[in-house]
Amino acid sequence: MPSALPAGDPAPADGSLPPSALAGLGSRPFGVYVHVPFCATRCGYCDFNTYTAGELGTSASPQSWLEGLRAELDLAARVLGTPPRADTVFVGGGTPSLLGADGLADVLAAVRSSFGLSPGAEVTTESNPESTSAEFFAGIRDAGYTRVSLGMQSAARHVLRVLDRKHTPGRPVDAAREARAAGFEHVNLDLIYGTPGETADDLKASLDAVYSAGVDHVSAYALIVEEGTALSRKIDRGVLPMPDDDVLADKYEQIDAAMTAQGMPWYEVSNWATDDAARCAHNLLYWRGHDWWGAGPGAHSHVGGLRWWNAKHPARYADVLAKGESPAAGRELLTADDRRVERVLLELRLRDGLPLDVLDPDGQAEAKLAADDGLLEPDALAGGRCVLTDRGRLLADAVVHRLT
Amino acid sequence: MSTFADKTFTPPELIRNFCIIAHIDHGKSTLADRMLQITGVVDPRLMRAQYLDRMDIERERGITIKAQNVRLPWQIAEKPHVLHMIDTPGHVDFTYEVSRALEACEGAVLLVDAAQGIEAQTLANLYLALENDLAVIPVLNKIDLPAADPDKYAKEIAHIVGCDPDEVLRVSAKTGFGVKELLDEVVLKVPPPVGDADAPARAMIFDSVYDTYRGVVTYIRVVDGKITPRERIKMMSTGAVHEILEVGIISPEPKASVGLGVGEVGYLITGVKDVRQSKVGDTVTSERKGATEPLAGYREPRPMVYSGLYPVDGSDYPELREALDKLQLNDAALTYEPETSAALGFGFRCGFLGLLHLEITRDRLEREFGLDLISTAPNVVYRVVMEDGAVHTVTNPSDWPDGKMADIFEPVTKCTIIAPSDYIGAIMELCQSKRGQLGGMDYLSEDRVELRYTMPLGEIIFDFFDNLKSRTRGYASLDYEESGEQSSELVKVDILLQGEAVDAFSAICHKDSAYGYGTRMASKLRELIPRQQFEIPIQAAIGSRVIARENIRAIRKDVLAKCYGGDITRKRKLLEKQKVGKKRMKMVGRVEVPQEAFVAALSTDDDKKKK
Ligand SMILES: Nc1nc2c(ncn2[C@@H]2O[C@H](COP(=O)(O)OP(=O)(O)OP(=O)(O)O)[C@@H](O)[C@H]2O)c(=O)[nH]1
Ligand SMILES: C[S@@+](CC[C@H](N)C(=O)[O-])C[C@H]1O[C@@H](n2cnc3c(N)ncnc32)[C@H](O)[C@@H]1O
Ligand code: SF4
Ligand SMILES: [Mg+2]
Repeated sequence: MPSALPAGDPAPADGSLPPSALAGLGSRPFGVYVHVPFCATRCGYCDFNTYTAGELGTSASPQSWLEGLRAELDLAARVLGTPPRADTVFVGGGTPSLLGADGLADVLAAVRSSFGLSPGAEVTTESNPESTSAEFFAGIRDAGYTRVSLGMQSAARHVLRVLDRKHTPGRPVDAAREARAAGFEHVNLDLIYGTPGETADDLKASLDAVYSAGVDHVSAYALIVEEGTALSRKIDRGVLPMPDDDVLADKYEQIDAAMTAQGMPWYEVSNWATDDAARCAHNLLYWRGHDWWGAGPGAHSHVGGLRWWNAKHPARYADVLAKGESPAAGRELLTADDRRVERVLLELRLRDGLPLDVLDPDGQAEAKLAADDGLLEPDALAGGRCVLTDRGRLLADAVVHRLT
Repeated sequence: MSTFADKTFTPPELIRNFCIIAHIDHGKSTLADRMLQITGVVDPRLMRAQYLDRMDIERERGITIKAQNVRLPWQIAEKPHVLHMIDTPGHVDFTYEVSRALEACEGAVLLVDAAQGIEAQTLANLYLALENDLAVIPVLNKIDLPAADPDKYAKEIAHIVGCDPDEVLRVSAKTGFGVKELLDEVVLKVPPPVGDADAPARAMIFDSVYDTYRGVVTYIRVVDGKITPRERIKMMSTGAVHEILEVGIISPEPKASVGLGVGEVGYLITGVKDVRQSKVGDTVTSERKGATEPLAGYREPRPMVYSGLYPVDGSDYPELREALDKLQLNDAALTYEPETSAALGFGFRCGFLGLLHLEITRDRLEREFGLDLISTAPNVVYRVVMEDGAVHTVTNPSDWPDGKMADIFEPVTKCTIIAPSDYIGAIMELCQSKRGQLGGMDYLSEDRVELRYTMPLGEIIFDFFDNLKSRTRGYASLDYEESGEQSSELVKVDILLQGEAVDAFSAICHKDSAYGYGTRMASKLRELIPRQQFEIPIQAAIGSRVIARENIRAIRKDVLAKCYGGDITRKRKLLEKQKVGKKRMKMVGRVEVPQEAFVAALSTDDDKKKK
């Protein structure tokens, strides 16, 4: 079951943005996110906005979605006045690879025609290992994609089974190699750790597999039990145990140590990369509060302090756009306070850290105490930045609470 | 609706003053409803169930808290009579309301649920009526219920009242069956009031209520002489003189009248703003040529249970004080005094008649005054005699004296438990574990018994009633009354977080149950206090002797590591929600303690199972 949208203000039907949001557009990095709301099956832990063919029936299809997407990108170019060229493009899901190389080429063409791409733009697509092949990677490379993110999750067969993943344990590494062979310099593997039944050895096997794949980026997420998912029901019924926070902490440390040893230090709490060029520019744009247009059902956008989000259901999304209206379902104009809190929330999770002067005087005093408690790096703090220590990374939420 | 009874100065021989008394829920207020209808004092369109339960909290909980009086017209053999009926509460916490009502009456309708029989408050209230020499009319109610067994219970009642089973009336307050006959019986059985119409005025104040619009409304029963508007009256206890602004009767809404004569019940308004100036139990007389001898007053209700009330948000303290001031206007039994707690800040130590009174007061403070409160575990009053002869009265465990104690006294109660005889074993076992001493046991009928115990009040207010109910599958009823004090081996158990005693968690208990309390509290707190960035040792101690310990390990991970993409709003809202959650925590040293922890001592293990 997809999770709910936030509660916000109503969004205007014409999609127009207040002048305050448009001011300075183009002077900040700009990105485009495209949401592909289709999956072959739903994984038991997943609450993302995605649907199987069976769930959609005849109410929506990749065709009606693509038409809607084109209409939304046109509308975006219109309401932004002079649309900035995209510095990053990220096609996420759901399962973008279900569209095939041709479908993904169509998506990128639509983005190009509405916004254009900056020179050297990062263009990523998420892919599920089982719906990729050497030809697929060659096709999207040809179309202009520069980065691939693969949902590997684990190398242990029994873990993949608990997660309802359909690929074989070896497939993600093969896919990563195929992508590199097709000319992709930047390949990411997603891992989930803390799945019930996953041992330290299972995790080690996953980390070894990542190493053998030779990728330049890894995202590792602790398994979150989201309300309303099949996983959450199994845990409620006692069929599966709830992931234990102490075990998750051990596993995080295990991952961080292995990644560092593999020459991939952390640059965000859940992300590791070989060097600056390997970092995901699109995600950095989220974390640094830059501008992006999120297109597709349920996608979130941010432009100049205005956040908004689209109708979630693909049928509703396509219908609204067919009528020539904006698919936005709600929005919020951030107050100065909201923006400060968000900066702390997001930038503190980066290895580059948060400038101390973003904090109010109480927050700055707390930062010193947090450094005394071993949660912030004292040297960085002396230099005017809040940077999490290794222990602080695991307690980042508590640090955010203390600083805001 | 106007009736002949609206005219006052009715000759006493045509007046009957009675109240309805019963165990909780046996149908007093419903019976009162039928009386209002049959006598035609309420417009049928305005009638509603339990008409006299006027307070919101009474209606929501379906119980009567305050006694209410009504003047009713009733013809018997074409002769118009006036009845003053008082509906009383059944819950043990409000027994003092019953005893006040009894003082204003010559008769009592003893109502018994025909499906349940005599219960603990049936007996307690019957004995009160007999002590006051009232004529008792025994009545079985709810005879419409399929489970009613009137023959069996008529025998029970006849046995305790000392009448013939045939004399027990049978009614249904729901259908109205038998209610006319009951009213006739009231006229026949209850003696008319006696008093000297020519003597100086003497009227007994049996209730005093603050009304936002009218100021203090004082309810009186005239014994001698008369009370008329536009005269000046004197309160005999203080000598204070007031102008009367209005005299009237309640039928069932207030109606002004030309005065009240011997035996009549009604109200007067003087313009005073504080109920303490118009005290229950005081005698009203006229200023000029007034009476010299006051009527016998009432024993003032004394708080039996104490609890600390603290605002969750410390800045609400002035509002809490104001709210308590206002509530006290209508609740003479509520007492409060400022106190401070290292853990909870500024608050009040409040005295209550019992746990229901506590719960209702807390509930009203929260809802009627918009306050968010923490109440500490209830305790009783202890008297501690030191070796040097000094005596301390302790209403708050954290005031427990240090030093050498010669003797410690705690309040004890006489309690009555009525239950099916199958449960005798279970009840005895429970009472014994609560230091109860069996005083006697009687069979009410072949399968129902009355057990009498002497038991410390402190045990009763802890979790006794819940335990009793669960061991008897809800069939037992309990009544208790204060009965002096006894010397006991009591100790104070402190609970320490990170080595520091938390005053709000301290409790006084018998030395034999100290270990149980300590381990239970320590393990409850371990569950209730969330893990924090550092380790939190929890200890229970008597003085410096640690009797139990637990440990909350430091949290190692709280970071939300999942890819939420561009949905930053969700992340921020999550953070804000957690922040609100933290605001509801109290800081004890560096430890964040959730409010639930402070009421944990209240909850029993049974409570936990229910959740
Ligand atoms: N079937 C039936 N139910 C009755 C009868 N009389 C009262 N009840 C029900 O019994 C419940 C309690 O009635 P109340 O009139 O509130 O009882 P009470 O004695 O005034 O209760 P307290 O004031 O709290 O002591 C209500 O649900 C009534 O509807 C009756 O004659 N027959
Ligand atoms: C946006 S999802 C979709 C990408 C693609 N369909 C897939 O599953 O690989 C991206 C990543 O989020 C992570 N993820 C999804 N649900 C999660 C959960 N409940 N807990 C932790 N990580 C989760 C998975 O690692 C997944 O690869
Ligand atoms: S494939 Fe990815 S998006 Fe689809 S259900 Fe599984 S985790 Fe969710
Ligand atoms: Mg009642």
